[in-house]
Amino acid sequence: MSTATSLNDETEARIAWLDTALEFGSKAVKTIAIPLVGIVIFLFFWAATAQNVKTSLGQFPGPAAVLEQFGTLYEEHRNERVKETGFYERQDVRNAKRMAADPGYQPKVRGYTGKETFLDQIVTSLITVMSGFLVAAIIAIPLGIAIGLNKTLNAAVNPIIQIFKPVSPLAWLPLVTMLVSATYVSSDPMIAKSFLNSMITVTLCCLWPMVINSSLGVASINKDLINVSKVLRLPAIKHVQKIVIPASIPMIFTGMRMSLGVAWMVLIAAEMLAQSPGLGKFVWDEFQNGSSNSLARIMAAVLMIGFIGFLLDRGMLAIQRRVSWDKSTASN
Amino acid sequence: MKWLNVVKVAVTTTVISVGMGVGVVQAEKLGYPEKEELTFGFIKLTDMAPIAIAYENGYFEEEGLYVKIEAQANWKVLLDGVIDGRLDGAHMLAGQPIAATMGYGTKAHIITPFSMDLNGNAITVSNDIWEQMKPNIPKMADGRPVHPIKADALKPVVEKYKAEGKPFNMGMVFPVSTHNYELRYWLAAGGIHPGYYAPHKGDTSGKIDADALLSVTPPPQMPSTLEAGTIYGYCVGEPWNQQAVFKGIGVPVVTDYEIWKDNPEKVFGITAEFAEKYPNTTIRLTRALIRAAMWLDDKNNANRPAAVKILSQPNYVGADYEVIANSMTGTFEYEKGDKRDVPDFNVFFRYNATYPYYSDAIWYLTQMRRWGQISDDKSDDWYKDLAKKVYRPDIYAKAAKSLIAQKIAKASDFPDFGTEDGYRDPQTHFIDDIVYDGTEPNKYIQKFDIGLKSGDKI
Repeated sequence: MSTATSLNDETEARIAWLDTALEFGSKAVKTIAIPLVGIVIFLFFWAATAQNVKTSLGQFPGPAAVLEQFGTLYEEHRNERVKETGFYERQDVRNAKRMAADPGYQPKVRGYTGKETFLDQIVTSLITVMSGFLVAAIIAIPLGIAIGLNKTLNAAVNPIIQIFKPVSPLAWLPLVTMLVSATYVSSDPMIAKSFLNSMITVTLCCLWPMVINSSLGVASINKDLINVSKVLRLPAIKHVQKIVIPASIPMIFTGMRMSLGVAWMVLIAAEMLAQSPGLGKFVWDEFQNGSSNSLARIMAAVLMIGFIGFLLDRGMLAIQRRVSWDKSTASN
Repeated sequence: MKWLNVVKVAVTTTVISVGMGVGVVQAEKLGYPEKEELTFGFIKLTDMAPIAIAYENGYFEEEGLYVKIEAQANWKVLLDGVIDGRLDGAHMLAGQPIAATMGYGTKAHIITPFSMDLNGNAITVSNDIWEQMKPNIPKMADGRPVHPIKADALKPVVEKYKAEGKPFNMGMVFPVSTHNYELRYWLAAGGIHPGYYAPHKGDTSGKIDADALLSVTPPPQMPSTLEAGTIYGYCVGEPWNQQAVFKGIGVPVVTDYEIWKDNPEKVFGITAEFAEKYPNTTIRLTRALIRAAMWLDDKNNANRPAAVKILSQPNYVGADYEVIANSMTGTFEYEKGDKRDVPDFNVFFRYNATYPYYSDAIWYLTQMRRWGQISDDKSDDWYKDLAKKVYRPDIYAKAAKSLIAQKIAKASDFPDFGTEDGYRDPQTHFIDDIVYDGTEPNKYIQKFDIGLKSGDKI
């Protein structure tokens, strides 16, 4: 009997183990293998069609050509760093020499004057998008909350928002450029004008989704919560702090996530248009160069832009999940 | 014997002190630069080479200048950059400082202490137009067309388009660009009217009475605009003509060397304010550019392949090595496979290429008058005064003399600064054989069949 039971137990345990294994397996298939198959099929189609597309700059780049360019771009980055070291060494020698000849001279270490590599451009774009986004958040979220709380304010501001919301931020770009060069005058500017231009453009495009979503989030707070606040006679500030903000956080974050996605797309276009440093400029420069590697390099940049956009979105999602009580809004 | 020694000593000291005195006068010690961090702009064209070389060979650094070099989207953006101070200096079309100082377009006092090169442009037509032109061009024994090809061969094609009511569009890079005037010169020499400007009536499109309609396209976009069929031909600097050959979308028909042998091309432009505020920086950057130009033409173009390698980097011109090398290394490919020797296609230093001659500025002014950009008659003195305001051989001479004093350059490399008056001898090598004498601009304008003459006003 006992042996039978133990045998039974063993089979059961084995079955259970098999079940979990199968479940795990199917999960693995779903999360890893199937996407992998998708990517392989995509790469295959890409490679196959690229072979058949001939442009005036030669063949359309396939995956292999693009991969090679990723290597070259990294190589260029490393070479530039070597040149940079040389630049600083020469500068030190020159400064020391001049100090000897001209003791009143205040030596100054000047930044490297060489070109920006692909990696530098990525960093520039990321800094630009994040600063534009943060500025927008600082303005838009309080504004959205105020609009959501106050019907009169909402009625006053709503038409303006509705008109400006559908405007492509790129349409603002010329105005922003002129405004910045007119108002930001300094012989030795701390922040480059081109950076300000791109950043303000990003801010403009982040503003509206955040304002709208924040106000919507505030306006649609559960009546019960508001009643609780009323019963407790919470002062206005406490009301916002304890009820409004926590209740509307999911919507606020939805707005933030949306605007960051749009901002990243717009930034690339703005950089192309305004020739301000960043990935957009990299793409445009390569297009202008028209060398036989240009298309592959542009494709490399396109993939990189997509990948970074994906990471930004995931990052926002992770933050949203962490701070939000309503996990259902923080889905893919 | 003692007195002899005394005399000896006295003589030697005198000799030494006189020698030292001369040395001091000659060197006229150049001070440290007032502004050390500079940003220069350029357009992706091979003739920006002196700037790239001065950077890569460390000539700027040796002058104590820390220079950033930035490609610009088009000539307008570049000029605005120099005017509003975003750029300290830039590779400019020769017409830009002149037009800006005159107040045609944006008004600003821009000067040039350094001419960047001679020649370097060509006119390219689409394959389709080339096929239609070909029957009108005489052939050599080996079947290749005889060069230089005149616009006479294009005239029947333009007339056909005109008869069919189709506009014959061509591209050039800027209203006051060399390319605009060269394309106009070539067309007009072949009897095709390129159109007048009438700025006093607000018409700056330059299409009045035109047979061929010229419009602005930024240099790097020329090949793609031609490919799209928006224009049938264009005049632009390198590598954008050779690019058309490589892409198989067009055929360069004539180089500007054939339109006007050794014509002045780009200049290095800075604001007058900059030169006044930072005199040492100005002389020093001119020194660096002169050295770069010398290097580019040194030993009969021996350094050109190395220069092409630098230019083909994505942050400079960025086109393929072969495309840039085609014109930079002394050859030029017309029709695919028809590669001919044009050793002087790009001249950076020979023939006093870098000296800012007043007569070069005046030629551009005569063309501006010819096509109506200057709407009224002007006196010869007006032309000369304007040229003096923009072209600054005095700065160039200071830079060159200090290079000679340091034995970096030889005096024989430069014009004789003691006697040079800034006017080249009358120049004869134009495609229509008309002689240009910079001292008599008004007389020169009278010589053309097509174009405004004294007293004419649109």
